[in-house]
Amino acid sequence: MSTSTLAAGGTLDFTGTRAVPLSRLIGVELRKLGDTRAGKWLLIGIAAITVAVITIFFLTANESDRTFLNFVGITATPQGFLLPVLGVLLVTSEWTQRTGLVTFSLVPHRGRVVAAKVAASLIAGAAAIALALLVATAATVIGGSPEAWSGIGAHSFGKFGLLQVMGVLQGLALGLLFLNSAAAIVTYFVLPTAVSIVAALWTALSDVWPWVDLGTAQQPLFSGGDLTGEQWSQLGVATLIWVALPFALGVVRVLRAEIK
Amino acid sequence: MGRRTALAGRMITVDSVSKRYGRFLAVDDVSFECRAGQVTGFLGPNGAGKSTSMRIMVDLTPASHGTVRIAGHRYVDIPNPGRHVGVLLDASAQHAGRTGREVLTLGAKTMGLPDSRVEEMLDLVALSATEAKRRVRNYSLGMRQRLGIAHALLGDPSILILDEPANGLDPAGIHWMRGLLRSYAERGGTVLLSSHLLHEVERIADELILIGNGRIVAQGTKQELLQTRGAYVRAQEQEALADALARAGVHAVPSGTGLRSDAEAEQIGKVAATAGIALTELRPADGAGLEEMFLQLTADSQRDTTEGVAA
Repeated sequence: MSTSTLAAGGTLDFTGTRAVPLSRLIGVELRKLGDTRAGKWLLIGIAAITVAVITIFFLTANESDRTFLNFVGITATPQGFLLPVLGVLLVTSEWTQRTGLVTFSLVPHRGRVVAAKVAASLIAGAAAIALALLVATAATVIGGSPEAWSGIGAHSFGKFGLLQVMGVLQGLALGLLFLNSAAAIVTYFVLPTAVSIVAALWTALSDVWPWVDLGTAQQPLFSGGDLTGEQWSQLGVATLIWVALPFALGVVRVLRAEIK
Repeated sequence: MGRRTALAGRMITVDSVSKRYGRFLAVDDVSFECRAGQVTGFLGPNGAGKSTSMRIMVDLTPASHGTVRIAGHRYVDIPNPGRHVGVLLDASAQHAGRTGREVLTLGAKTMGLPDSRVEEMLDLVALSATEAKRRVRNYSLGMRQRLGIAHALLGDPSILILDEPANGLDPAGIHWMRGLLRSYAERGGTVLLSSHLLHEVERIADELILIGNGRIVAQGTKQELLQTRGAYVRAQEQEALADALARAGVHAVPSGTGLRSDAEAEQIGKVAATAGIALTELRPADGAGLEEMFLQLTADSQRDTTEGVAA
C-alpha cells in the first residue's frame, strides 16, 4: 500500500491525496472528547448529573411544578457548569499534553483544527441538551402535572440552547486565549462572580452594567417570556465583550503561536 | 509498501533559515538538503537548534528568515501531509491518558487510513496487544519512541523527519531502528534524523550535518567528514625524531607512544630518512573518528563549557 511513491527528480506525487476534509477532523475531535479517562468521566458525569437533577426534582417538587419546561430548566445550571469544561480541555490539552505537535503537523492549517474543535464541542453540547429533553419528556410523561406541556414554544428551546451554546463558546474562547486548562477553567468560573461583585459595588455605573456584565445580560434567558429589543442588544454587547472578543484574540494567538 | 525508485532527488531543502527569540539567535542561517534514498544525520549538542530547525520544517515554528521546501512545496501546501511526511518531534508529547493504540487510531483517522493500518504499525514496532492497550503514561521512553516511530510511518510517507528517535531505546532497539531506517532509505525514502549522540548516527547516516550554537559547523558525506589529515609516527629514538621534524618545520605532538603530525606520512618518512632515524611505525592518522571532530566542532560553540570535554 503505497500512496506516496517517489517520482523522478525529488518530487512528491499528490495524485490520490486529497486535503483532510473538515468532517473527518470533527470526527477525530469528537473522539478526543472521550478517549481519555478524564474525558470519558466528564462525559459520563454530564449525562449522570442531567439524569440525577431531573430525578431529584421529580421526587421533591410539588406536582404543579412538575412541568416539562421546569424539568429541562433544572439541567441548565449543571450543564452550564460542565459543558464549557469540555471545550476548554479539547483546546488546552493540545498544549498541556503537547499533542499539538502531532495534531498541527498532521493538519498545518490551524484554523481548520480550531473549527473542528468548535464543531465537536457544540455537537457534544447539543447531545447533552438532547439528553436533557429526552429525560425531561420521560419524567413529564410519567408524572407531570396536568398542565405539564403548556407554554412550550420554539422560543423556550431557543433561549435554553442559546445559553448553553454561549457557555461552550466562552469555554473554547478562554481555552484558546490561555492555552492552559487551569487558567481557562478558573477564569470561566471566577470571572462572572468577580464582575458581579464589581458591578454591585460600583453603583455609579449601574446603567452600564447590563451592557457589560454577561450574567446580568443573560438573566432574561433563564426566565419565561420574550426578550425586549433592549435586552437583546444588551445580550449582544455583553456577548461581544466576553465571548466574541476573547475568541477572536484566542484564535489569533493559536494561529501565531509556536507549537513546541 | 510499494516499490520506490531511488533517485537522488532533493526532498528537503532548507534555505538560509534563521530563528530569533528576542536577542537570542536559536537557528543562524542554516542551509542544507536531504536527498531521496539517503539517511541524513542532524548532529549537535543539546540546545544547538536541531529541534527548532525541525519544527520550522513542518510549520510549527515560524522562521524569522529563510524558507523550507519539501520536494519543492511549502509544508502547508502538502495535502494530507501525514501521507507524505512522517514526523516525530517528541516521543513524550502524547496525551498521557490515551492508550498507545488510541494514539495511532487518532492519527489513522485524521489521515483517512483504515484501522488495519494501526495493527500493521503496532506489529512493525513490536508493541504487543497488551502494551497497545496500556496508557501512554505507563510507557517507558523506549516504548514511546516505538509508538512515535509507528505514528510517523502510519501514512506510508516518503520522507521521515525524526527528532532524537533513538533517545531511550535500548541497544537492541537502536539496532532495530537502524535496520528499519536503512531499509526505508534503500527503498528510496528520505530520512532526516537528529541526535546529540554521535555513535547513534555515525553508523546509520549517509550524510551528516553538524550543528552547534544554531550554526552549521560541518556538513558532507560520512566519508568526507571521516577523512583525516596527517600521520602517526613512532621511532625508538623518539626525541631525535621530534627534533628532526622540528628542524624540518614539521609540527608534531606526542600522541600515545608516538607522535602525531598534520603533515602527510610521505613527508615525515623523508625527514626521518634524511636524519637517519629508523621508524618502528608510520601510517596515516586514523583519527579518533567522527567523535573527535564532533567534540572539536561543538566544543567552541557549546553553550556551557562542560568540564573535561574540551577536545
